[in-house]
Amino acid sequence: MPERLLEIEDLRVEFKTRDGIAKVIDNLNISLQTGETLGIVGESGCGKSMTALSIMGLVPIPPGRIAGGRILLDGEDLLQASEPRMREVRGNEISMIFQEPMTSLNPVYSIGDQIAETARLHEGLSRADAMARALEMLRAVGIPAAERRINEYPHQMSGGMRQRVMIAMALACKPRVLIADEPTTALDVTVQAQIFDLLNDLKEKTGTAIIMITHDMGAIAEMAQRVVVMYAGHIIEQADVGQILTDPRHPYTQGLIRCVPHLTQTPSVERPPLLEIPGVVPALSQLGSGCSFAPRCQYADAKCRAEMPPSTAIDSGHDVACWLTEREAAA
Amino acid sequence: MANISIIVVKRILNAAALILAVVILNFLLIHIAPGDIVDTIAGEMGGISPELIAEIRADYGLDKPLYEQLGLYVLRILQGDLGHSFFYDTPVVTLIWDALPQTLLLVITALSLALVIGTIFGVIAARRPNGAFSHLITVLALVGFSAPVFWTGIMFLIAFASFFPLFPPAGMAAPDLQPGSLDYYLDVLHHMVLPVLTLALIYLAFYSRLSRASMLDVLGSDYVRTARAKGLSERVVVYKHALRNALIPIVTIAGLQFAQVLSGAVLVEAVFTWPGLGTLALEAILRRDGPTILGILFFSSVVVVIFNLLTDLTYNLIDPRIRLGSKE
Repeated sequence: MPERLLEIEDLRVEFKTRDGIAKVIDNLNISLQTGETLGIVGESGCGKSMTALSIMGLVPIPPGRIAGGRILLDGEDLLQASEPRMREVRGNEISMIFQEPMTSLNPVYSIGDQIAETARLHEGLSRADAMARALEMLRAVGIPAAERRINEYPHQMSGGMRQRVMIAMALACKPRVLIADEPTTALDVTVQAQIFDLLNDLKEKTGTAIIMITHDMGAIAEMAQRVVVMYAGHIIEQADVGQILTDPRHPYTQGLIRCVPHLTQTPSVERPPLLEIPGVVPALSQLGSGCSFAPRCQYADAKCRAEMPPSTAIDSGHDVACWLTEREAAA
Repeated sequence: MANISIIVVKRILNAAALILAVVILNFLLIHIAPGDIVDTIAGEMGGISPELIAEIRADYGLDKPLYEQLGLYVLRILQGDLGHSFFYDTPVVTLIWDALPQTLLLVITALSLALVIGTIFGVIAARRPNGAFSHLITVLALVGFSAPVFWTGIMFLIAFASFFPLFPPAGMAAPDLQPGSLDYYLDVLHHMVLPVLTLALIYLAFYSRLSRASMLDVLGSDYVRTARAKGLSERVVVYKHALRNALIPIVTIAGLQFAQVLSGAVLVEAVFTWPGLGTLALEAILRRDGPTILGILFFSSVVVVIFNLLTDLTYNLIDPRIRLGSKE
C-alpha cells in the first residue's frame, strides 16, 4: 500500500484583481504518493504554478488569499503551519525548481555558495561540510569538472547547466517532494531529454516524489505516472498516464494531446493535421456558472454553459469533469 | 584588443576637442558680458584718468584684438597657466587649488551620507511598497528634489542658526583656532553640519527613490523567489540575496553623479559662505574677476569631461557587449 505523502483537499485560492475576485484555484483535490511522479498539465493561466506556490506557502498575500482547503504533508496541514515552520519545510522537505534557469540563480554568488546555503540552513552544516555537499550534488546532477565549476558564477554556465545547478540545490537536503515547475520549457530539446533522464534517475535513487508541472504532453509521457489536467483553476481530468494518453475523455485533454507534433519515421508518410484548441483561457474573474471550457468546446450545449460538471469516476482511478460522459452513458 | 585602444584614443581626442570648445565658448561669454573689467580695476585704484585706463589695458594685454587674446589664453592654458586674478592678485591655479579641498570635503561627506541613508530608506520602503513609510519616502523625495538648494539652505539657516542658534551660520571654522588642533577639527565638523545637510538632502531624496525602485525590481526577480523557496528567512532574502544586486545600479549612478554634485555645491557654499570653489566663483563674479571666473569654469568643465570619459571607458571594461564605435 503506497503511502500518501502529500494531499491537497478542496484547495481554493483567490486573487483580488481590478475586475473582482479571481478564483485562481477552485476545489482542487490532489494526492501524491511516495516515490511517484505526478504530472500537472494545462495551458498558461490554468493555476498550475499557483498550485505549486500554495504548497510552498509562497502565494503572494495580498493580493492572493487562501480561501479554503487543506494541504497535508504526512498529515500536517501546511496551510495552518507557522511561518518559521514553513521555512523548515521549504527547501528541506519540499523543494522547487523553476521554469527560468537563466534568471533563477543569483548572479552575484557562486553556484557552490548557493547550493551550500541550503545545506547550512537546514542541516546546520559547517561551511566546509556544506561545500563538500555542494560538490557531491554537482557530481550527482552530472556537471563535468564539478570541483572547478563549483566556484563559477551563473553567467558562466549554459541554461542546461544552470537547471542542473537548480536541481542540485533543490535536492541538497534530500527533500521528500520536489516540485518542478516547467523545468525544461526554456531549454533545447536535447537538453530537455537529459534533464528528464536526470530527474527520473535521481527519483529512483532518492525516492523523492515529484510534482511535474508542464504544458507539454511529451514531458508528461516521459516522466509521470499519474496526470492531473487543469483548466481555469479546476481539475477537469485525472488518470494514470497510460489512460490519459490513450483514452483522454475530456475535450480539453484531447485537444492538448492533438496539439503535440508527431515525428514520423519517413517524411513521406502523411502526418495527421496539427490541431489547435481555439480561443484562450478565460479571465478567471469572469467565469460564469457553467463549464469553464464550454466557450472553446466544440461539443458544448446549453447544459454545459449553464452548469459546472461534477468530477465523475469513469474507470478505476480515472476521473473526468465533463457532461459528455453523462451523455454517453445515457446514450 | 587593438580595437579597444582605438576606442580609448578616440574618446580621449573627443574629450580634448570638447574641452577646447568649452574654453573658447567661456572666453567669448566673458567678453560678451556687459561691463568692463578695466573700469572696475581703475575704480578700485581710486582716480580714473584715460591714461591710467590705457595703462591698465596695456598691462593686462586687453588692448590686443580679441583673437589674439584668445590665442594667448589657449596657449597659456596648455602650459598649465590659468592666468592671474585681478582681484586676489594671485595665480588662478593657486586659488583653485586652495579652494578645492574644502569643496571636496563638503561634497564627499554629503554624497556618502546621501548614498548610505538613501539606500537604507529605499530598502525599507521597497519591503512594503504600499506602506506608510514608502509613501512618506515618495513625498519626501519629491519635496527634497524639487526644493532649490539655496532655499533649503536659507531655511536651515533661519531655523538652526538664527531661531535656534545650534549651528554657526557661516564660514568653516572660528578664525582664532589653529588649523591642526583637535578643537579646530571639531569646529569644522560643527560648521559642516548645515551645508552638508542641505547638499545631502537633494541626493538623499534621489537615492531613496533610486534604491526603492532598484530594490523593488530585484525583489520581483526569479532568484529572490528561489531564495524564498530555499526556506531562507525574509531578512536573509532581502539583505543577502536582493540588496547586493540592487546596489549595482546605485553605485554606478553615484559614480556618474560625482561631477554634478561638485557643481551643486556652488550654491550651497554661497549660502553658507563656505570657503570652497563655489564661494570663490561667486566672489569672482561679483568682482568681475575674469581670469578667476574663466579658470573655475575651465576647471569644472575638465572635471565633468574627465568623469564622463572615465565612465565611458569603465563601461567598456565591465561590459564587453558595449562595443562603442565598433561599427566604424
